[in-house]
Amino acid sequence: MAEHSKRFPINHIIGFVLSIVLTLLAAWAALGSDLPVKWIIAGIMTLAVIQAGIQLFMFMHMTERESGGGHVPWNMMFHGFVLAAIIVAGSLFTMSFGFTHDHDDGGSHQQEEQQEEHSGH
Amino acid sequence: MKLDEFFVTGEPLVYGGMVSIVLVTSAVIFLLTYFKRWGWLWREWLTTVDHKKIGIMYILSALAMLFRGGMDALMMRIQLAFPNMNFLNAQHYDEIFTTHGTIMIIFMAMPFLIGLMNIIVPLQIGARDFAFPYVNALSFWSFFFGAMLFNISFVIGGSPDAGWTSYTPLSGAAMSPGPGQNFYLMGLQLSGIGTLATGINLMVTILKMRAPGMKLFKMPIFTWSTLVTCFIIIFAFPILTVALALLTIDRIFGAQFFTVTGEGMPMMWANLFWMWGHPEVYIVILPAFGIFSEVIATFARKRLFGYHAMVWSMILIAGLSFLVWVHHFFTMGAGAFVNSVFSVSTMLIAVPTGVKIFNWLATLYKSKIEFTTPMMWSLAFIPSFVLGGVTGVMLGMAAADYQFHNSYFLIAHFHYVLIAGTVFACFAGLEYWYPKMFGHKLNERIGKLAFWFFVIGFHVTFFPQYFVGLDGMPRRVFYIIPEWMPLNVISTVGAFGMGVGFAIFVFNIYYSYRNSKREKTGDSWDGRTLEWATPTPVPFYNFATVPHADKYDAFLDMKEKGETTFEEEKLEPIHMPSNTGQPIIMMAIAAFASFALIFEWITLAVIGLVGVLIMMGIRSFDYDEGYHVEVDEIKRIERDARGL
Repeated sequence: MAEHSKRFPINHIIGFVLSIVLTLLAAWAALGSDLPVKWIIAGIMTLAVIQAGIQLFMFMHMTERESGGGHVPWNMMFHGFVLAAIIVAGSLFTMSFGFTHDHDDGGSHQQEEQQEEHSGH
Repeated sequence: MKLDEFFVTGEPLVYGGMVSIVLVTSAVIFLLTYFKRWGWLWREWLTTVDHKKIGIMYILSALAMLFRGGMDALMMRIQLAFPNMNFLNAQHYDEIFTTHGTIMIIFMAMPFLIGLMNIIVPLQIGARDFAFPYVNALSFWSFFFGAMLFNISFVIGGSPDAGWTSYTPLSGAAMSPGPGQNFYLMGLQLSGIGTLATGINLMVTILKMRAPGMKLFKMPIFTWSTLVTCFIIIFAFPILTVALALLTIDRIFGAQFFTVTGEGMPMMWANLFWMWGHPEVYIVILPAFGIFSEVIATFARKRLFGYHAMVWSMILIAGLSFLVWVHHFFTMGAGAFVNSVFSVSTMLIAVPTGVKIFNWLATLYKSKIEFTTPMMWSLAFIPSFVLGGVTGVMLGMAAADYQFHNSYFLIAHFHYVLIAGTVFACFAGLEYWYPKMFGHKLNERIGKLAFWFFVIGFHVTFFPQYFVGLDGMPRRVFYIIPEWMPLNVISTVGAFGMGVGFAIFVFNIYYSYRNSKREKTGDSWDGRTLEWATPTPVPFYNFATVPHADKYDAFLDMKEKGETTFEEEKLEPIHMPSNTGQPIIMMAIAAFASFALIFEWITLAVIGLVGVLIMMGIRSFDYDEGYHVEVDEIKRIERDARGL
């Protein structure tokens, strides 16, 4: 309902095309390329960061005056990151007791002992 | 699947439930047809985007759910009254405590509070509707269909029976086959969409649509509590969504996230559940705090003591609520260091909560208290809630928790905070704002009768449970031993007292509808905040002219200056959203898809999901920009409402 000054949304078109290109590139890297696995992972991670940047700056109102020059979205994203950190770090912290990936038939009696050892860290 | 597997068979109580569902449904259909009210129902309610009507539907559904959860509670109390009772068998008892807990938290407490927020928050901040009225309708219908889906489980397919916490591995496919647990997952998932959307909706509404002049720190305290609650909802609910989705994938598509076999981590469910679950209890208690603050300030006839401290303590509680979740499973064995950290953070929450308690007391100090029914609920809340809070700190001490954990001491504790906090607040808020919603007050004499039955019944029910817990009675047992009998009998008597109190409360709604004096002004209690500035009944556009809110307690200031929300010379056409049937249709299709997924009919579920996507597509190309209410019509409505 606000009046649009620009008739043709050139920014959105570029962003849209770019995001599709990046997605295809990532899909090709994962499925069609013969690169080593490490390179594929590093590559699609980089593409993901660029993709996120495109989404944020071309679509998500990061630079608009109405959102306080991006203040509001940055604020929410900051809290989102804090929460994600709490979830990941908190889960590792509380769930890392006596849990090992080697199948040495641990059982519950051994858990108790490990707990004692881990309790100091 | 055969028909006798589809319906639950063999339980007389369940047959009774089926018969009453059929009878009530036919009665409703008959009455709507007989009085030719189908069109009215569709136009005025099912397609509405008006925040006040949606709020009323939320509250009605919540009252129905309170009835359902209450019946579950009474059945449990009968079973537990005497040793060797055979009223319910073990399976049925498990199902009933599961549905009791889930319904009371997800489908009673939250919708009740969200209903009150729906009606009151836009009025308090001088807004004409939500920021996204369409989404608000969508939220309500997603909650409604989620609740119906969960509730139908006891006659179709079988109820979930793994507790409201639904701990894995018990709730996994291996140990709980069949649709029961899926009802829990999909019911919560569907209504969770609505809760999350409401959180965003209300937050945007509060941040962007306040009356001119109303800075954040001039907002009414209930609006503040809503804003803080929305913040918690937005950050906590995605955790539940993900956890539910993972368990759904586990159960229906054979993944191994929470299973014992295949490298799963069953305890991760408890971890994720309580990462949402702890903030969740603050989602249901912070709005309650807001309601009590409003009621106490109004009937103590004083400005709320320590407004800034109240707001900051809520913000602090919200922040801390994300840092204490492990105290729900100290006995999982995470080790002394982990438990100590969460023990300390838990006790920290007592500090801002204590600040709030003292601020309420200071508001009451040397004031002239008016003993209206909402005020009595608020006054009963303070000491009762303190009992719950102090025992909460006892439970928060990790070492002591090894004694209290999963005993009736815990049961007594959380009923003391949830009933004395949330349920008292729901009753207080409903009675306080009732004249604003329906144009007449609830009868005070009957209201007080309901109050005394409920409050005394509440203490008689739950106070003995602290002691029976210390005597070693664990939660979720369906047989008691003779040593626990005396206290359990007292408990059961109290539970029926609460039931009588609720019945009187519901009767009061009917009685007051017939007999109460109609409100002439919009200001029923000599209120302080903007919701009382509108006439009663509130016109659909809320404010003919949006007031300028310069001070805290804006309406008090307006009354002194002689301003109203109807300044004839400032009238302009009002832009309002149009009603739409899309939300209810979209969510009905989503409910169909969820139902199919519950029974693992994948084709039907996919068809339903495609239907939802089509509805979203239709919405995307919906160019309905609403309509304008012309000045002449506003003048007519306002003069009529204000008797000018």
